[in-house]
Amino acid sequence: MDNELYQAVLLQHSKKPRNFGPLENPTHAADGHNALCGDEISLALRVEGDTVSDAKFTGSACAICTASASLMTGEIKGLSREAVQTLATNFRHLAIEGTATDVPKKLEVLGGVHQFPQRVKCAVLPWETLATALKTPVA
Amino acid sequence: MALNVSSIREQFPFLKETVNGHPLIYLDNAASSQKPARVIQRMSRFLESEYANVHRGIHLLSERATAAYEQARVSVGKLLNTPGPEEVVFTRGTTEAVNLVANTWGRENIKAGDTILLTEMEHHSNLLPWMKLAGDTGAKIAFVPVLENGAALDLEAARRLLAAGPKLFAFVHVPNTLGLENPAEQLCQWAAGSGTTTFVDAAQSAGHQPVDVQRMGCDFLATSSHKMCGPSGIGALWGRQELLAAMPPWQYGGEMVDRAYYDKPATFRSHPARFEAGTPAILEAAGWAEAIAFLNDTGLEAIRDHSISLANLAATRLREIDGLRIFGPENRQSGIVTFSIEGVHAHDVAFFANERGLALRAGHHCAQPLMRKLGSPSSSRASFYLYNDTPDVEALVSTLKEAVAFFR
Repeated sequence: MDNELYQAVLLQHSKKPRNFGPLENPTHAADGHNALCGDEISLALRVEGDTVSDAKFTGSACAICTASASLMTGEIKGLSREAVQTLATNFRHLAIEGTATDVPKKLEVLGGVHQFPQRVKCAVLPWETLATALKTPVA
Repeated sequence: MALNVSSIREQFPFLKETVNGHPLIYLDNAASSQKPARVIQRMSRFLESEYANVHRGIHLLSERATAAYEQARVSVGKLLNTPGPEEVVFTRGTTEAVNLVANTWGRENIKAGDTILLTEMEHHSNLLPWMKLAGDTGAKIAFVPVLENGAALDLEAARRLLAAGPKLFAFVHVPNTLGLENPAEQLCQWAAGSGTTTFVDAAQSAGHQPVDVQRMGCDFLATSSHKMCGPSGIGALWGRQELLAAMPPWQYGGEMVDRAYYDKPATFRSHPARFEAGTPAILEAAGWAEAIAFLNDTGLEAIRDHSISLANLAATRLREIDGLRIFGPENRQSGIVTFSIEGVHAHDVAFFANERGLALRAGHHCAQPLMRKLGSPSSSRASFYLYNDTPDVEALVSTLKEAVAFFR
């Protein structure tokens, strides 16, 4: 039962998240939180020209949210703003409906959340925070 | 006298439910409690043969409904040992009772520069209405701090802050997170010495232990039905008769009005009707009265002792888990155990536990500033009540050990 949601790859990302820690010289940043369960993440980006060149996150969040942030930060590096936006929309469909269209294979591990409506928010929170961060230049 | 838990469990139909083939173990009582068969049956019977609107119709069903509704007021009054039933105002719950007092007594009595004293362990419901009132009036908010790890209210600070004579001291009797009971009688005594009005949030204490407003010496006290085996949607505010008598109406409409005109201002009834505009929660009042009768038959002291002893057993066993931190005092003073586990997020704990039939609460427990201060924006909570038993504690401990092995 647990394996449907907490697949091994996902657990690896939650136990040892990639891109976890402060980012030097960020150009954009935002905080996201989930009032229901207390997930809190801070996302920092370096955007050069039209491209997201680096992304890191900090905070305290559940396994789903942490793994989602870990995978997301890995996938968006090197993408244009537009490509990030498209990926965010596709990821939303994956999380809510379980259907993966144009979503990198790695992210499919999070598709299981669609069976657990209370956990969709956990998977989507990093992506929502990303959308806010892209609109929020660091002062 | 000890509780006959197996006989109590037979009276709660929800215990027949299973989750993934596991028996359902309900440890979310601090959020809301389950209902015994006699409350469910009482509400069903009421709808079948006693239901109509109250205080209006000159007909059989309205008389029956009115009698049941007013009898419920008497039951709540006796539960809280109020001097009279007419000082009991029915509300939607504790939250609405706080908002009622903030918007009536508060707007009449709180002025710019006054101090409203709260504690750091308040639920959002006994925090946000007062902050709104302070913001609107220019009053100041001060907080009695909690001691390290939430072990207790800082009573030295409470005494000092109360000596300064705040206009109002609103505090929680039994907080929903820390597993402690505040010394309400002592606090009210200090407050009275400075002419400070007191408001007690008894949502977690009434129906879980004896609560006596006269002994406590408070000025207002609020509670909810749903946490004490009654239905949701109804609660009560008790206020001293002279305070209620001086308070303006809050919501306007039917039931609360005395005389209404086209061309001049209306006049209003006195309390409790003055504060019960519109059709109240009639069915819920009947159900709540039955819940109170059930609790009285069972024994409130025995219920308290049982819940605390399960919480103490749980706390002792949970300390076996490496990296598990329990908030609040060493020995439990209520049936609540809130904890965090290093390296395992509370949302995952609650999800994992649910797969095995355990209902836990995860998150900030509607006390965000407190949990932030304790350094744990998200924690798990197990809360015990009269139908829980020792095997529930064992299941909690073994499930959490499994969860730690899975996630860490």
